[in-house]
Amino acid sequence: MIIQFICRAILLGVPLLYGSVGEIVTEKSGHLNLGIPGIMYVGAISGVVGSFLYENACGNDIAAMNAFLAIIIPFLCAIAGATVMGLIYSFLTVTLHANQNVTGLALTTLGIGLGNFLGASLINITESEMPSIALTKTSSFFSAKLPFADDLGWFGELFLSHDFLTYLAIVIAFVVSFTLNRTRVGLNLRSVGENPATADAAGINVVKYRYLATCIGSAIAGLGGLQYVMSYASGVWSNNAFGDRGWMAIALVIFALWKPSAAIVGSFLFGALCNANNYIQGLGTETQELFKMLPYIVTIIVLIITSMRKKREHQPPQSLGLNYFREER
Amino acid sequence: MAKLTETKHREPLFHVVKRDDMPEWKAWLIRVITILVGFLFVGILSMAVTQKSLGDTYSIMFTGVFGRLLEGSTTMLWKYLQEIVILLCLALALTPAFKMKFWNCGAEGQALMGGLASIFCMIQFGEKLPYITLIIVIAITSILAGAIWGVIPAIFKALFNTNETLFTLMMNYIATQIIAYYVYIEGGGSNVINPVPFGNFPVVGNNDYFVNIAIVAVITVFMFIYLKYSKQGYEISVVGESQNTARYIGINVKKVIIRTMLISGALCGVTGMLLVAGKDHTINTNLVGGQGFTAILMSWLGQFNPFIMVLMTAIVVFLRLGVAKVADTSLLNSSFSEIIVGIVILMLVACEFFIHYSIKFRHNKKEVKA
Repeated sequence: MIIQFICRAILLGVPLLYGSVGEIVTEKSGHLNLGIPGIMYVGAISGVVGSFLYENACGNDIAAMNAFLAIIIPFLCAIAGATVMGLIYSFLTVTLHANQNVTGLALTTLGIGLGNFLGASLINITESEMPSIALTKTSSFFSAKLPFADDLGWFGELFLSHDFLTYLAIVIAFVVSFTLNRTRVGLNLRSVGENPATADAAGINVVKYRYLATCIGSAIAGLGGLQYVMSYASGVWSNNAFGDRGWMAIALVIFALWKPSAAIVGSFLFGALCNANNYIQGLGTETQELFKMLPYIVTIIVLIITSMRKKREHQPPQSLGLNYFREER
Repeated sequence: MAKLTETKHREPLFHVVKRDDMPEWKAWLIRVITILVGFLFVGILSMAVTQKSLGDTYSIMFTGVFGRLLEGSTTMLWKYLQEIVILLCLALALTPAFKMKFWNCGAEGQALMGGLASIFCMIQFGEKLPYITLIIVIAITSILAGAIWGVIPAIFKALFNTNETLFTLMMNYIATQIIAYYVYIEGGGSNVINPVPFGNFPVVGNNDYFVNIAIVAVITVFMFIYLKYSKQGYEISVVGESQNTARYIGINVKKVIIRTMLISGALCGVTGMLLVAGKDHTINTNLVGGQGFTAILMSWLGQFNPFIMVLMTAIVVFLRLGVAKVADTSLLNSSFSEIIVGIVILMLVACEFFIHYSIKFRHNKKEVKA
């Protein structure tokens, strides 16, 4: 029971982890990307389109599908779709100096629209009776477990039974954490986010760093969408099912105080909170609705506490949300 | 090494210069051209997806918005106006907050709480109170509910500088869950509350929506005067420009933040009341339908001017309804209109660049001389 609860929490938390690590990378360059919810949608639907095409090319026969291709095609599609969205965002905000919040919100509208439109179109093509599209074959490749995980009892279930995207998320979080704190690239990126004018004077290419950080961050966030469809929803796409996870990922960035390694713990905790209503005994449906507030209330409490303590290392990048224009002083 | 010195001397092909001197008419010319290009793009994209001619596409859009207006039927026109005033009212509500650089992303939740207060009064007091008293009670509770929901993040922003973007955003989801809870309780297990016949806004001249439209028209004028000519409106713009300046000239910044969010939340509450008492007569979690976010974009595109906002909301609602009709006639998903609205807004955001900056190209003549 408790093991099952933790595993479920991890499964729910992984899309948030991808989203928040992506957003951390972007925010470290000084750009507050509120387009993340839309970008995650686009990542998810790109992956769905990719695997849909591959499944059809193989005649919907699982025996004809190559495990490597079945994984790599949706994977690359998700990254490509999300990166294109990131490019639009960075072109508007970095090159055209557009307001970041407005651009991000418009991008979210666009991304959710794209996801639902393409999803509905695919559902039309398959002429299925359900308002969803099932890619269970591709999903079975994604959620393949280590062969010996079941033999190791609770230990195996807790640590070894997850899909590879879960492990990849944790690896990415650690790699990002290391890059940000221990390498020259990370130092440059942080300085771009703290004070772009100083970074520029020191010879760092601010525009390049901001473009790259936004695009890489978007690609990571897009994988979160893919993980949601392929692992959590076992390959079933239905419109609007992804919900508000993108916004929670952005909130998680503050919860984690801009530290990718803290985001790992935070995302699993959020996953547990999202799921708590299903595991507390004796709740009526109406009380369950109230319990679904938990993750949001916890986020607010964390927001308040971090703003009250005002520790220097807990502050956002100093020029977060501000565009950099070299000739402006 | 020689190569390096060579590149050092080369000027970039072009560079970007800021400018503040563009005359107003020229700026508007650019915006109008962008909107026209946007409409052309919408037509071409719809044409490509639906395989219809460009003329057909536009005429479907027109009928989707105005219905049989040319034959004298105004039903659809009133619906169009109704859709405009809801989005406009939310945009107006957000404007004082944005002018103060307070990113209120919680219009959705504030309107939901206003709507909840309305439906609660309609159900609880519907049969007990006389009609006029009931309407007054509904108005007061809705405004209070919206204002309270808006002022909670503002208090923390004023006291501890808590990030308001995420705080207001999270308040949306809490409001949604409260509505889900209430609908479950009141609907008796089903997820539907039947339309309540009490406390509905009066029908004026056979028209359900006249009262809503009139209320928002008044709010539009009020907001214009409030922002432009009142002392409080001036304080808002000073706080928005620079909090230090505001403190220096003796403005109580905390008070301004809290007061402005009270107004912003109250107007969102009014929108919730318009939706519940003036339109749906019931409530569900999708009452506002994401318009709280579109309203943010409307407020920004309207440049804090209520009358420009009327224009912007009219365009966006036209696109939303028109493209939805185009999608409907070709069995496309209605999300197609979300994509279109997103693209057109991004185009408008991008066009501001050409108003505020100019591109100076490298003078090639100089290089030839050298």
